[in-house]
Amino acid sequence: MHTPASIETSWPDAIHRQFRRTGIRQVGYVPDAGHSRLIGLCRDDPDIADVVLTTEEEGVGLVAGAALGGQRAALLMQSSGVGNCINMFSLLRNCGFACVVLVTMRGEFGEFNPWQVPMGTITEDVLRLCGFLTYRIDHPDDVEQIVSAGCDMAFDGDLQIAMLLSQRLIGPKQWTR
Amino acid sequence: MLDRREFVKHLLRDRGDLLVIPGLGSATYDVAAAGDHPLNFYLWGAMGGTAMIALGLALARPDRRVVAIPGDGDMLMGIGSLATIGVKQPANLAIVVLDNARYGETGMQESATAQGIDLVAVALACRFAHARAISRIEEAADVRALLHDAKGPILIDARIAAEDTPRVLPLRDGHAIKHRFIAALNTA
Repeated sequence: MHTPASIETSWPDAIHRQFRRTGIRQVGYVPDAGHSRLIGLCRDDPDIADVVLTTEEEGVGLVAGAALGGQRAALLMQSSGVGNCINMFSLLRNCGFACVVLVTMRGEFGEFNPWQVPMGTITEDVLRLCGFLTYRIDHPDDVEQIVSAGCDMAFDGDLQIAMLLSQRLIGPKQWTR
Repeated sequence: MLDRREFVKHLLRDRGDLLVIPGLGSATYDVAAAGDHPLNFYLWGAMGGTAMIALGLALARPDRRVVAIPGDGDMLMGIGSLATIGVKQPANLAIVVLDNARYGETGMQESATAQGIDLVAVALACRFAHARAISRIEEAADVRALLHDAKGPILIDARIAAEDTPRVLPLRDGHAIKHRFIAALNTA
């Protein structure tokens, strides 16, 4: 099938392709500018139930419940959202629930808002302390391969995998003074 | 006021295909006391997450009825999940809050519901299809019927007496609870 080049090089489309390939049926998210295209793709996908969360912590419960019912789920969040999940992540380790988290990074490369920096700079360490394997993605060309491998590792091994989409990849948030 | 053990026992009588997610603490002990069952996903932690686990399950299995049974402290900690559930409108999901207006595990300190914070009003504001409070055991049969037949999402605020009950401890190994649940769901 012919696919336009502009689609092939879009990293949110690559992630959505991997969600479909690995059979992810539920996607929980707190809206985020970096994830806006991916959220749109998931919302428009009739095979995916999109669940808008009031806090990222809710998504951890969603993933566990989906797994109990035999469905795979993924979470989309900003780096600040990782901090909102810490205690609830215990559920994943206590029961061995597979979990795929796509984290858009703030508080690093080109960040305009210093209030994002404290959480952004500890996000990866926090995820590791919570039992996640973490993979950082800096280049658009790497997105599909890493997300593909990350999803397979999570669901084949009941592991918790976080993929960090760097601020350099996403582009710094545009801010009008 | 309801006796919590008697109420939960009534609620889960002839449970059929019901999938049950009790919240940590006394709710898990109450559900265990009503009779161990492989389709109970006992929680020993994850405070605030009980309703969301039930939502993920309800979305994954629209062919089955799902009931979350959190305490009031658990529900208050996850109160935002009522909005999340209201958006998705799962027809097969009910939440029965065991509301003693206390944090029973930590010394019976008062919760927000002791000051009139109204979970039923919150659920209705969050577009729940049905929400009501009950405080008499004669109402348990009605609630049980709702769990099995009524269009969700449903929230029942079950006003229970603030009494210490003996602990009835079910499985505590999270992996074992999960695998047992999944195996039972896939063979049922």
